Amino acid sequence: MAHDATHAHDAIPAHDGHGQPGGIMRWLTTTNHKDIGSLYLWFAGTMFLVAGSFALVIRAELFQPGLQVVHPDFFNQMTTLHGLIMVFGVIMPAWAGFANWQIPLMIGAPDMAFPRMNNWGFWLLPVAGFLLLLGLFMPGGAAAGGWTMYPPLFVQGGISYDLTIFAIHILGASSIMGSINIITTVLNMRAPGMTLMKMPLFVWTWLITAYLLIATVPVLAGAVTMLLTDRHFDTHFFNPAGGGDPVMFQHIFWFFGHPEVYILILPAFGVVSQIIPTFARKPLFGYASMVYATASIAILSFIVWAHHMFTVGMPAAAQLFFMYSTMLIAVPTGVKVFNWVATMWKGSMTFETPMLFAIAFVCLFTIGGFSGLVCAMTPVDIQIHDTYYVVAHFHYVLVSGALFAIIAGVYYWLPKWTGHMYDEKLGKLHFWLSVISMNVTFFPMHFLGLAGMPRRYADYALQFAEFNMIASIGAFIFGFSQLIFLAVIIKAIRGGRKASDQVWEGAQGLEWTVPSPAPYHTFETAPVVK
Amino acid sequence: MKRGALRPLLGKTLAALSGTMISGAVWAGYQLNLREPQSALARDVYNMHTLVNLVCLAIFVVVFGAMFFSIWKHRKSAGHQAEHFHENTTVEVIWTVIPFLILIGMAYPATRTVLAMKDTSNPDMTIKVTGYQWKWEYDYLKDGVKFMSTLATPRAQIENRADKGAEYLLEVDNPLVVPVGKKVRVLLTAGDVIHSWWIPELAVKQDAIPGFIRDAWFKSETTGTFRGQCVELCGKDHAFMPIVVKVVSQAEYDAWLASRKQGAASPSSAPLSRAVLNGRPGAAVAAFGGQLSDADIAAAVAFQRNSRDNKVGDMAQPERVASLKPGAEAAARAAR
Ligand code: HEM
Ligand SMILES: [Cu+2]
Ligand SMILES: [Cu+2]
Repeated sequence: MAHDATHAHDAIPAHDGHGQPGGIMRWLTTTNHKDIGSLYLWFAGTMFLVAGSFALVIRAELFQPGLQVVHPDFFNQMTTLHGLIMVFGVIMPAWAGFANWQIPLMIGAPDMAFPRMNNWGFWLLPVAGFLLLLGLFMPGGAAAGGWTMYPPLFVQGGISYDLTIFAIHILGASSIMGSINIITTVLNMRAPGMTLMKMPLFVWTWLITAYLLIATVPVLAGAVTMLLTDRHFDTHFFNPAGGGDPVMFQHIFWFFGHPEVYILILPAFGVVSQIIPTFARKPLFGYASMVYATASIAILSFIVWAHHMFTVGMPAAAQLFFMYSTMLIAVPTGVKVFNWVATMWKGSMTFETPMLFAIAFVCLFTIGGFSGLVCAMTPVDIQIHDTYYVVAHFHYVLVSGALFAIIAGVYYWLPKWTGHMYDEKLGKLHFWLSVISMNVTFFPMHFLGLAGMPRRYADYALQFAEFNMIASIGAFIFGFSQLIFLAVIIKAIRGGRKASDQVWEGAQGLEWTVPSPAPYHTFETAPVVK
Repeated sequence: MKRGALRPLLGKTLAALSGTMISGAVWAGYQLNLREPQSALARDVYNMHTLVNLVCLAIFVVVFGAMFFSIWKHRKSAGHQAEHFHENTTVEVIWTVIPFLILIGMAYPATRTVLAMKDTSNPDMTIKVTGYQWKWEYDYLKDGVKFMSTLATPRAQIENRADKGAEYLLEVDNPLVVPVGKKVRVLLTAGDVIHSWWIPELAVKQDAIPGFIRDAWFKSETTGTFRGQCVELCGKDHAFMPIVVKVVSQAEYDAWLASRKQGAASPSSAPLSRAVLNGRPGAAVAAFGGQLSDADIAAAVAFQRNSRDNKVGDMAQPERVASLKPGAEAAARAAR
């Protein structure tokens, strides 16, 4: 049996790490899902500070019209790195961290299906992050062609553009390993009695996300490989002089890119669907319809990609097809929001920090959904495409969406991970500062976009000055508020009130049946789910 | 925190905020909506945006009205006991079907506008627009008028060494000039990377893609000067290649066109262009003819003749440069 093969490893007295390599080697060689989960989360947190500080460079430059802080080329490097790192280095690794920690705990499995691949999948990430940042120290600076990497601009750049392409390859390999591991774990290692339709929603959303990753990441890898060969080996995939087509890159990129935005948000739907029932003390409303809505969003996400390209000049029929399919995605998204509200309805609610972030998620993510709908209307999108309106849209779905769900999830499971309750007062302070400053930062961007301010601009006309200044002030408050989050986490790791096993009064699920903090090995004998 | 202390402060802030909102002078800088439309198409877009916003607002009020009501009423601290229902197929069907119908209602007008936008047939005139890093070239195809349009804002303003003018970053040396009330078809392409050409007031935005020609159209109902900017990341000076369109009466347009044609024929930029092309033997002036494109040479010449203390006020055109190349001049002489 496979079990025998790993026997030598299991024979090491496992509890609390005794007898294992100590220090750095423990982390380099670990195959434990909890260790690897923590590594992913710390990596994501670190990169969040890095990419966040790039965002503050952007906002500092945009505080006033005129060039004050950086040169336009460096400005473009900042927007490019900010986008790439936030997507591939923060949100995706954070979700992988949650998957590692929580999926085995939630389905009653002893670990992930492929522990060694799990280790490898994580340790690729710092390499990719290093390559991305290394670009900053190369001649000509880091890649400055935008996170969307459109040719021919992206073909013009120097060596850091190649480093970026390699980083994407490595990140993609890591994501695929993670996804294979998650799918195998979920399909094969559930506790007896846990049928698919009894799985916690977080597990469902990750299962579907993992399929999205496997289907689309190779497409991205193909796209950037074609960029690489266009750059160095005289191919002409995207070069019109040799019969290529620059727009083809956009089609391939967004065939990955739109499912990618759901890769970033589906696990968030899962986390929120765990948290709201807990603090409403009432089961999730419409569990089955939540599963179906998630699946239909995932399927639809493959046929909407060209809504990012309404201005490239597609034929009318194509524009109409992508408009209709995009509008359609709003339906299952709406169903999810209605179900969350119905879950709260007639519950018995309390408002601890995870719940506050989850409620803010529902409300603010929906605002992002609404602006998504505005963007879906092709004629309107043609006006607001590549303006700050789109920047507002995707920050509502990614900051108050994906990121708030990550923060909510950390507060929610932190007592299980550390064994200590976090500081509720600091948590609430963090919440209110974040939610207010997030809106101060991003809401005015809707107005800027409507009034005509293009995105990826290092400098702007005078009529945009007021809202830009407001947005910059909000951004600095938001950025520095996140240090409170860091403080809360460190404080909870160091000590604090002992958490019970149940932690939250209304919490349901297997993860709350194990001790807090969760021991190094859990569910060595599978629990039985009725 | 004490509630009592917070209230008056909150009240004052709100009063101050609404004060600024009402006093128009302060509020004027805070444009909240799309710009005032100047064409039928732009008005369609404007109205559609309003419609979608109203629909979203209505849904928001209903859904989040319910949510915040529930947050207020169904609190544990208010002694509310949780009920245990968790399924209802009827409501699931209702809140799937109703949004679907609303969407169909919105798709209908959107479809009509999409079809109108794509209909570039029967234009009154056609202008070819080419994007370069970082300027635009306009070519009035039938009239043989062609020129470059570059940012006119002085470097000193951008680097904060001089006060910024009212049209900071939105001014060009040579605006596009078109007659009012005419359907203008633009053919777009680019010479290097992708750019995107946009006039917000006229609801026209189209990417300019190297190697391909795409088209779009606009028809301004009013005269005036409309300003847009490049909206596809195209490198370091992406923010510094604005688009200015002057919509004028037909008579003014005709006069402008006539003067342009004359200007294009004037040979005044030739000597300098020749010097850049061929160099100047014996002096430290290299020959750039073999190294730079005609467009670059034209740009360099135009810059020389119009920057610092030079204010000739004309443009050097790439074709003109091409016609000055040794081969071309000899050919022209032979033909005569
Ligand atoms: C109701 C659901 C949604 C609809 C109808 C929608 C629609 C759109 C459309 C049409 C665009 C293109 C706008 C443009 O560039 O002109 C867009 C951009 C974008 N959306 Fe959404 N969206 C939705 C939800 C989401 C979600 C859930 C996410 C991620 C969590 C997301 C992330 C993004 C991002 C990152 C971009 C900009 C990408 C870029 O150009 O850099 N959207 N969305
Ligand atoms: Cu999309
Ligand atoms: Cu540009």
